[in-house]
Amino acid sequence: MVTFIIAGSVAVLATIMVITRYNMIHALLYLVVSFLAIAIVFHVLGAPFMAALEVIVYAGAIVVLIIFVIMMLNLKQESVDQEREWLTRNLLIGPAVLSIILLAELVYIISITDTGTIAQPALDAKAVGLSLYGPYIIGVELSGILLMSGIVGAYHLGRQKKKVVHRFLEVQEK
Amino acid sequence: MTAIPVEAGLILAGILFMLGLISVLIRRNIIFMLISVEIMLNAAGLAFITAGARWMQADGQVMFIFILTMAAAEVSVGLALILQIYHQLKTLDSDAANKMRG
Repeated sequence: MVTFIIAGSVAVLATIMVITRYNMIHALLYLVVSFLAIAIVFHVLGAPFMAALEVIVYAGAIVVLIIFVIMMLNLKQESVDQEREWLTRNLLIGPAVLSIILLAELVYIISITDTGTIAQPALDAKAVGLSLYGPYIIGVELSGILLMSGIVGAYHLGRQKKKVVHRFLEVQEK
Repeated sequence: MTAIPVEAGLILAGILFMLGLISVLIRRNIIFMLISVEIMLNAAGLAFITAGARWMQADGQVMFIFILTMAAAEVSVGLALILQIYHQLKTLDSDAANKMRG
């Protein structure tokens, strides 16, 4: 329980730091901290394999992908200044108050119902794998199709269109 | 080690989801909005894991794997779109991309 509370508060604090940073790289580093804290929460909740996946895929792959894109965009100090100009305190108050009201309602609804406690023995990767490749095999196949379409979409969208300039006519090549 | 109440996990997921939602609403930078969507997806996964641990079933973790897959596909396509928008408009402002010029 103590581990859960510490990791959870670290996750919440790191996420608050993510949403208030002006510099994108700083925000991403706090995001990594947040993901690592959530991985600890997963471990405490009895899902060690998911904790490993969280570290590898979220903190490893997705954040690195975003960092690569930021490096490709070659953002400079002006973008930080622009972000500081965009993210004003007045802008923050409205959505924050409304979201906190919704969160308070959610907390109330969760706390008035009797939900029980989490039993400690962990579900290891074997149980997950048996379930994943047993009843959920169609989901695995659909995930494969989704990833394939993601690859094709990313390639198609990320490709630079080559512009061929002829002496007389401009042709926009595909 | 005392047992963790399910409310704690669900409330933590709710708080993280709310933070991601606030960030989506207040940001104008597209990359920050994408990061916030990642935070929200992660919070949803945390809720699934909590529910799966409550009932001692592997279904919650299976759903988290699916969420992970979807997040990976979504972030790759989203980043490709961001690159295109930045090359076309020379800005990351989401309000600048309100005209479809074909």
